[in-house]
Amino acid sequence: MLEAVATGLFNGLIYAAVAVGLALIWGITDVINFAHGDFLMLAMYVAYWLFTLGHVDPTLSAPVAACVLGFVGFAAYALIIRPLQRAPPMIVILATFGLGLVLRQLAFIAFSPDYRNLPDTWLSGSIRLGEISLGRPQVVTGVVALAMIVVLFKLVYGTRWGRALQAVAEDRLAASLVGIPCDRVNAQVWMLGSAAVGVTGALLTSFFYVFPSVGAVFGLLAFVAVAMGGFGALPGAFLSGVLIGIVEALTGYLVEPAYKTASIFLIFLLVLWYRPRGLFGRW
Amino acid sequence: MRAARRAIVRSPGARVVAVVALALAAFPFAVADTFYRQIVVMTLMYGALGAAWNLVGGFLGRVSFGHAVFLGLGAYTTLLLLHNLALSPWFGIPAGGLIAAVTAFIVGRPTLRLTGHYFAMATIAVLAVAHVLMVNWSWAGGAVGLEAPIANSVWLLLFRSRAPYYWIAAVLALLTLWATYALARSKAGYYWRAINGDEAAARSLGVPAERYKMLAFVLSAAITGIWGGFYAIYVGFVDPDSAFSLTLSIQIVLVTILGGVGTIGGPWLGAALLVPLAEGMRVAMGGSGRGFDLLLYGLAIVLVSLFLPRGLITLRLRRAAAPG
Amino acid sequence: MPLLQVDKLTKRFDGLVANRDVSFAVDAGEIVGIIGPNGAGKSTLFNCVAGHDTPTSGSVALSGAELVGRAPEAIADLGLMRTWQIPRCFTAMSVLENTMVGTLLRCPDPANARTEAQRVLDAVGLGKRGAARAGNLNLAGQKRVDLARALATSPKILLLDEVAGGLNPAEARELVAILRAVHAGGITLVIVEHVLEVLMQLAHRVLVLDFGELIASGSPEEVVRNPAVIEAYLGRKRDA
Repeated sequence: MLEAVATGLFNGLIYAAVAVGLALIWGITDVINFAHGDFLMLAMYVAYWLFTLGHVDPTLSAPVAACVLGFVGFAAYALIIRPLQRAPPMIVILATFGLGLVLRQLAFIAFSPDYRNLPDTWLSGSIRLGEISLGRPQVVTGVVALAMIVVLFKLVYGTRWGRALQAVAEDRLAASLVGIPCDRVNAQVWMLGSAAVGVTGALLTSFFYVFPSVGAVFGLLAFVAVAMGGFGALPGAFLSGVLIGIVEALTGYLVEPAYKTASIFLIFLLVLWYRPRGLFGRW
Repeated sequence: MRAARRAIVRSPGARVVAVVALALAAFPFAVADTFYRQIVVMTLMYGALGAAWNLVGGFLGRVSFGHAVFLGLGAYTTLLLLHNLALSPWFGIPAGGLIAAVTAFIVGRPTLRLTGHYFAMATIAVLAVAHVLMVNWSWAGGAVGLEAPIANSVWLLLFRSRAPYYWIAAVLALLTLWATYALARSKAGYYWRAINGDEAAARSLGVPAERYKMLAFVLSAAITGIWGGFYAIYVGFVDPDSAFSLTLSIQIVLVTILGGVGTIGGPWLGAALLVPLAEGMRVAMGGSGRGFDLLLYGLAIVLVSLFLPRGLITLRLRRAAAPG
Repeated sequence: MPLLQVDKLTKRFDGLVANRDVSFAVDAGEIVGIIGPNGAGKSTLFNCVAGHDTPTSGSVALSGAELVGRAPEAIADLGLMRTWQIPRCFTAMSVLENTMVGTLLRCPDPANARTEAQRVLDAVGLGKRGAARAGNLNLAGQKRVDLARALATSPKILLLDEVAGGLNPAEARELVAILRAVHAGGITLVIVEHVLEVLMQLAHRVLVLDFGELIASGSPEEVVRNPAVIEAYLGRKRDA
């Protein structure tokens, strides 16, 4: 069972990494990015093709994917989100849904719906920790995801720029009144959140299948993680992501794999029952 | 009172409805191709689902991304009653609405306390749980689903030809429109909009917010459930993936928001645009399996969002002479 | 029996005691004002009496019926209404529709509610602005809508929270006239106010709060000359 928990922990770190990027965007620009999972999918394809065509290992293509996704995030902000900032919030969310659909279909058309995976990369193989055996790619990805989350936290909570982000998240009007360039902050957040997903996606290819709809699963779990953690609370998103990973793995081990998803959502509903604003949510 | 009734009948909205109703009545005689009739039926269904969703999402302002759960409940109830108790859909469909309403009542207690985004996510969670349960319950067909029996009887509301379903859909649609219209103009309609505006202020004016939120939720679920029953006999087949589908839920939201959330006509307009668009593109381009149809569909969503952020209905409202 | 009876009302927020043992009674037909320097606990008292907040201890009774612990809508039904310091109109609805939400409490039929609402709007001087979107009105207009809405529920007693704040002198004069008319119609008024000119013209009796306690009670002339009151407003170094 320890192995299940450990697997869940590392899976959870990956969910957390995706969730934190989403939480950043959500918390500061107040947009539910329905295309977030599809951003992940794009990153995976970037890493896949870099490996297949250029023999670049996913660990090295992570920075590349981060840049590509940063650009995509910026483009999404500039072309879709910013023009819609005075529109009813629902329209923005639906626009991101449309964007995600477009991205998914482009991948479908360009790369076919085939499931692809990478053969041996640097990371292949497994690690033994005592009696537990874990896939090395999963562990490394989890560790890198954790490192990235730590960096993000340091950025948001430890730097002047990060304090500006927090200010915008708290009260946009007040922040702009004290001279914080909200528009630029929004763009930066979109870039940062998307880049984070880029790194995660690239690393995921070392052990996960790549296909056009891969974003759906991760995207939905990321939403649940962010909601469960409380909107605007990055630590909450992180903890929830890890919790989801563990719950998922434990359910598969103790109950039945078929009920894994259901248990995640049930735990989520339970959390909301006792804490209607998520674990750490302020609003 | 008489004067008010006359005012309604003469209003521009009523004229539009009358014209559309006539067109609907004439349509099957003018167009024999079942494909086009199917598009109309689907448009009516999505319009109605959107109108039902609008009670919660538009008037009350609580966006639900899990409404398909009520559709699924209605569909499954109808078919299960048919299979196990040989109960005709004449009873099965209303029963489906009832089951959906009861479920809404149970689920509503904990979820309606939640605000905005949390409520939306909770509805997704409920949908997801229902989906998993249906996949694992073999007595309800499991992952394979249930089929409606093949029959041709008015008593069973099952027909070989597609034509009678058209009329059923048209009647149901008009009833749905009338119901949402009546509700919007009733005390409930005002109270819902007040709760949406400022719940605390509304309560201080005597609005029993909890009760009215639940009312919207239950009514919306009931109407959606009834259409679920219709969906079951029309398509003839339900399975967890199609009935408890997040995509379907999002389509319902899409249709309403793009048409104009919080308005009576919005959902129908949205359906009238998006359903033929999706179907048309699917036929024109989807056949090759290359996915261009969905690509254009996605682009259409983005473009309509960008250029008509308040929904299609703003096109009409801009030309309207005086407030209705 | 007094219409409103507040008994030893205390409200604590963790360490801070916002209201301590406040007791007073309001008889039907009175206009009672509540004043006090900033931070005296007026808003807290107001919110506790109106049911927006729950007091730590003490009781609030309307015609003998205990209000503490009741839901806001039940309190409204019993006949206690409040207005808001920052108006909380339903901005997307029209002025008439806003008022209808009030009249629907006593007239469930929307057609009757509409007629009644128009009558209320006429009485407060908004008769011609029924179709305007509430969110488009300026502050004074929105406060007027807030007032109309509250009146529309045919309350027995109306609690007004700084209803004159932000109004220019002309608007304030209009408000005084409207409130006099409201009072003449049989509604008891409790007014929390900073703008002393408005209060002094209307109130029969004034209560003064300072540091959460009731320090004076009497007619406006008496209260203004009360040394404790003067000290409360002028005699101490205070944060702004």
